[in-house]
Amino acid sequence: MSTAPVLPETAAVYWRPRLDPARLRRRELGWTLSTFAHTIPFLAVAALMLYLEPLSFPVAAIAIVHAWGIPALYANRGACVVRPRPRADDGSERTALGLLGDLLGHEARELHARTGLALERGGLGVWLVGEAGALLVRPGGRRVDCWCVKVDADLPSADRTAHLLLALREDEAGFATVANLAFSGGTWRLRHRLPKPMRPALAAARAIS
Amino acid sequence: MDQTGHTTLAEWTPGDAAAVEAAAIAFREELDRGLFAVVSTGEGHAEQVRELPEGAELVILRRPIAGG
Repeated sequence: MSTAPVLPETAAVYWRPRLDPARLRRRELGWTLSTFAHTIPFLAVAALMLYLEPLSFPVAAIAIVHAWGIPALYANRGACVVRPRPRADDGSERTALGLLGDLLGHEARELHARTGLALERGGLGVWLVGEAGALLVRPGGRRVDCWCVKVDADLPSADRTAHLLLALREDEAGFATVANLAFSGGTWRLRHRLPKPMRPALAAARAIS
Repeated sequence: MDQTGHTTLAEWTPGDAAAVEAAAIAFREELDRGLFAVVSTGEGHAEQVRELPEGAELVILRRPIAGG
């Protein structure tokens, strides 16, 4: 038996440096700075308008809406990575759910049944794996990273989740290297964008992160 | 794992040489098709294998993942 310490799919993204905790923190800082860059100018314009001419408050209000809306759009993009896709026929979904259930512990299986997300503890934080992406709740639970990653095949939903879960278990850093970071920011910001049935999974991940 | 949920490709017991051989051939064919073989190695851990691990309880063949 031979082992591969690195996820083989990382070879397909050879130009990306392998993700490690320090590199991930830098990327998260980049997202934070980018959020400020989108927000501060609009807030400054709003404040300046109100200072110069209080009657310009409608324009100031539009600027504030922009300051709020742009990060919200990014958060929405992050939430999209775990939104449910169309289901295969019931029989194959049931079969796939059985296999996925075998891979998960009792609590994670129950959480997946309720929310459609598979909870997995990792070295970088707590993962919530969906069928076309994963959320990484960072230690402390205040920040979440949304990763877009998929299996290119026509498979039942639970099978797609199982593929991602196995790859994550093989090599967490490699998994995050292959995946595309769709959003990184406050958990509160993402929570409002998640479908309601999935929110308990985010709460559960925050509770143990 | 496939469109039907999953399909059992082969079953074997370590002492049954013929079954192991048949499983190894099926295993190799799937790897040649580009699939990866994974065995669970405890809670939250999995390991990729390139040869059929005779003693493994379950070997899962998964497809490659890619950034979306």
